[in-house]
Amino acid sequence: MERNNDDGKLFKLIRLDMPLLLGLLALSGLGLIMLYSAGQQNMDLVLGQGLRLGLGFLIMLTLAQTPPRYFRLWSPWIYLSGIVLLLAVMVIGDVSKGAQRWLDLGVVRFQPSEIMKLAVPMMMGWFFAEKPLPPRWLHLLGGVLITAIPFVLIAEQPDLGTALVVGSSGGFALFLAGLSWMIMLGLAGLLGAVIPLFWTFVMHDYQRQRVLTFLNPESDPLGSGYHIIQSKIAIGSGGIYGRGWLNGTQSHLDFLPEGSTDFIFAAFSEEFGLVGACLLLTLYFFIIGRSLYMAARAPDTYARLLAGSLALIFFLYAFVNSGMVSGLLPVVGLPLPLFSYGGTSLVTIMAGFGILMSVYSHRRTPTR
Amino acid sequence: MSLEDWLNRPPGEDLLAREKDNTAESELFFRRALVMLGIVLVAFLAVASRLVYLQILHHERFSTLSENNRVRLQPLPPTRGFIFDRNGVLLADNLASYHLEITREQVQNLDNTLAELRQRIELTDADIERFHKLSRRSPPYAGVPLRFRLTDEEIARLAIDLYRLPGVEIKADLTRRYPLESRGAHILGYVGRINEDELNRIDPGQYSGSTHIGKVGVESFYEDILRGRTGWQQVETNAEGRPLRILSRTPPVPGQHLYLTVDMRLQAVAEKVLGDHNGAIVALDPRNGEVLALASQPSYDPNPFVNGIDFASYRKLNTSKSRPLLNRALRGVYPPGSTIKPLMALAGLEYGVVNRHSGVYCPGFYRLPGSSHRFRDWKRGRHGSVDMDRAIAQSCDVYFYNLAFNLSIDRIHEFLDQFSFGRQTGIDLSGEKGGLLPSQDWKRRMHKHGWVAGDTLSVGIGQGYFLTTPLQLAHATAIIAQKGAVFKPRILLATEDPGTRIKTPEEPRSLPPVAVKNPRFWDTIIAGMIHVVEGGGTAYRIGIGAKYRIAGKTGTAQVFTLGQSERYNARNLPKHLLDHALFIAFAPADDPRIAVAVIAEHGGGGSKTAAPIARKVMDAWLLNKYDGISIAPEPAPDPDEDAHGTE
Repeated sequence: MERNNDDGKLFKLIRLDMPLLLGLLALSGLGLIMLYSAGQQNMDLVLGQGLRLGLGFLIMLTLAQTPPRYFRLWSPWIYLSGIVLLLAVMVIGDVSKGAQRWLDLGVVRFQPSEIMKLAVPMMMGWFFAEKPLPPRWLHLLGGVLITAIPFVLIAEQPDLGTALVVGSSGGFALFLAGLSWMIMLGLAGLLGAVIPLFWTFVMHDYQRQRVLTFLNPESDPLGSGYHIIQSKIAIGSGGIYGRGWLNGTQSHLDFLPEGSTDFIFAAFSEEFGLVGACLLLTLYFFIIGRSLYMAARAPDTYARLLAGSLALIFFLYAFVNSGMVSGLLPVVGLPLPLFSYGGTSLVTIMAGFGILMSVYSHRRTPTR
Repeated sequence: MSLEDWLNRPPGEDLLAREKDNTAESELFFRRALVMLGIVLVAFLAVASRLVYLQILHHERFSTLSENNRVRLQPLPPTRGFIFDRNGVLLADNLASYHLEITREQVQNLDNTLAELRQRIELTDADIERFHKLSRRSPPYAGVPLRFRLTDEEIARLAIDLYRLPGVEIKADLTRRYPLESRGAHILGYVGRINEDELNRIDPGQYSGSTHIGKVGVESFYEDILRGRTGWQQVETNAEGRPLRILSRTPPVPGQHLYLTVDMRLQAVAEKVLGDHNGAIVALDPRNGEVLALASQPSYDPNPFVNGIDFASYRKLNTSKSRPLLNRALRGVYPPGSTIKPLMALAGLEYGVVNRHSGVYCPGFYRLPGSSHRFRDWKRGRHGSVDMDRAIAQSCDVYFYNLAFNLSIDRIHEFLDQFSFGRQTGIDLSGEKGGLLPSQDWKRRMHKHGWVAGDTLSVGIGQGYFLTTPLQLAHATAIIAQKGAVFKPRILLATEDPGTRIKTPEEPRSLPPVAVKNPRFWDTIIAGMIHVVEGGGTAYRIGIGAKYRIAGKTGTAQVFTLGQSERYNARNLPKHLLDHALFIAFAPADDPRIAVAVIAEHGGGGSKTAAPIARKVMDAWLLNKYDGISIAPEPAPDPDEDAHGTE
């Protein structure tokens, strides 16, 4: 049993990190307020999201109580069953998703690819836990395989957004494990060579279209470029102080598509302006910083790699979404975490924070 | 140092750590995490500078663009076409109706307002509940409906006080109405609010601004014709989104009116003559496949479904034992019983298994070669020596056991398939069932055991696995009446442009005919069917006093199986175990103008119950006898008072 410090009050007891919890609560509260406006003051929408957030926090609380050694024990099994499920989806899965995937966020639906967002970091931590770091060539190859297999399976579905998250989570783990800079440089070169192949053989037409539209959205103002143009108008017209809560016209008059889901950042920037948007980014930065700090304080390699990767996945979501909405990055269907309405990813993200809290609060007992 | 070691050298250290060193790794992680934090900061700064670019540097431009985002495309939903019967009797139209709307933003005290309204008009708890539910989903500046279908009196009562109730408005809209209520409801179906499943299926552009869609029956099958095409108008709005002026307009195209082949007078007769029996009547014009009447008892009133039937009423309809929502004519499957015998005889002639003179001795039962199991005849005595004509007229089971045995299931299946048994007839109504025409193949797939000779015998008298819909029976009867010519049953007679009132008739849809080696085979079985009605056959009673010649066949479909030594006694059986009564017929026999199939569930025998019903339908059609029949709506029976629930 671990000792509790004397100053360990309620938060120590329930194994939650107060600063992180406050950050998450502030973020989700702000999200609900924004959702009320972006969702055309549909109270059902807000209540539904509140319920989903409540469930997320409950999952976080539960996982925070679970000692990290269990996560470590389960890691390979969770990973393997995830792979099996992915293969099953390939054979008997529902084909109806595809490009429509990000439109049906209303329902919490089980997607095996969602598991991999947690399973890949867990497996990477498990794999490198006993290996000397920085990793040697052979181990490096193992790590790459652990990431590449689910990445390819998910990209084939096709679900580029999730594939990106899963692939990056492995990359983050490798980086945090101490992958040498030279190799990274080499990989960057290799990537430059692989991208044209990926473009021709793996990507689907609509995905290519998204990238092309990103490069020049005005080329297709009524089709694929419409989202980005309207989103930029929403953000730009917000100005420094914004139009004020409930006063955004872009989302309320239905010009901004997906205003309460993927493009909620645009609706937020329209109503709260540069000041609000920067405050929101700061809040995200605080949560990510705190998470990385907690990961660094973790007792062993497994816990550190897992927690660090999870923190960076959260960053990836926030960055890709805000970058996409502001026209900095191509349109990839990733929600703004804890802010966008609906989503299976919400549960995954909260589970990730649960693991982070567990790793941090159990740090007096090494996980091996 | 090898290349590999060199590549793996951690920065700032000369030697590769061969052992786990938690402290060193912890430090390594800390450095890497710090680098990542730097990257995070840079990434967010990039987003922030992008925001500065959009929100400060180009704020003016985007503000203008946003201001100009004032032209909105508004859908103009089309008016739905009306539905008439073949004589122009109105079956479905759109009624201008008024509903009460509340705009919360303008109401000072919602509870007070609701209480005030309650004093003037009837508001149910369900109304209030729906209002609150819809309110939660809409902004306060939008009107939310509170009560639908205000009566004139209610409107009058409200109108005087409306000025005292800010935010309360009376709004007009069009509601689908079925003036004949339950009459023909199984043909018409109804429209209802678009649900989530349908939302995923339909073209959102075409349905924007529309709230209703055809759910079943003609309303569903001819949805595309009835609906029309959505129009659009470009409206300029002010900054709050309120419309200022119309810039351009593409008017909606109203839906076409439909004329059905059904004669509502005959439909009323069919529904009336079934009386208390649950069951179905399908009447076709054999010369072109037109459905003259398609009754399924009990029926229901479709009107409440249009704006959402309340849960209690729906459950009552849905759980009632008599299943009023089931369209028995299309979706009820029954063993055809002896009504299949004329076609079995035709198959026998076609394959040369029998000729019309071949005789069989009927001792009252049939035994398969080498078996002691007795397949009983329906008649407890014996038919004695029977030929084909007598076998049909007297409905001798033994004759058809023998015939089926000699035909074998493969040939029965091949022959009956031509009459649409076991598959849909293709009528223009959705949800038609195909029934089941069993085959060896089918039984191997569905059951562990293969086909046995006993199965063939059962099929030979229309029992066993054989299942048909009343529509299939009427269709097959029409084919006999036409001596092989096949027309797809259809319900749509013509469409009419609502503007020009120009009618476009639908053409009969002819299908490949059923060809037999000798056309006189048809005459043989038709003669047998005539003798059912007049030659002292099983339905001789309905032949008495008929002003035209009828060719028919009785049928009795077993609901449960008797033991080897048990005797069927209708008086000792509860109603729900009584046999189904069936009758098929066409008339006049020499120039058929109507083909009918009647099924009265648990009606007992075909000759006693079903045949007189069919006679009344044919009388009405052929002799124009509609005395005492009104097509006006009758109240749909209360599903709770299940006519057959008592035992």
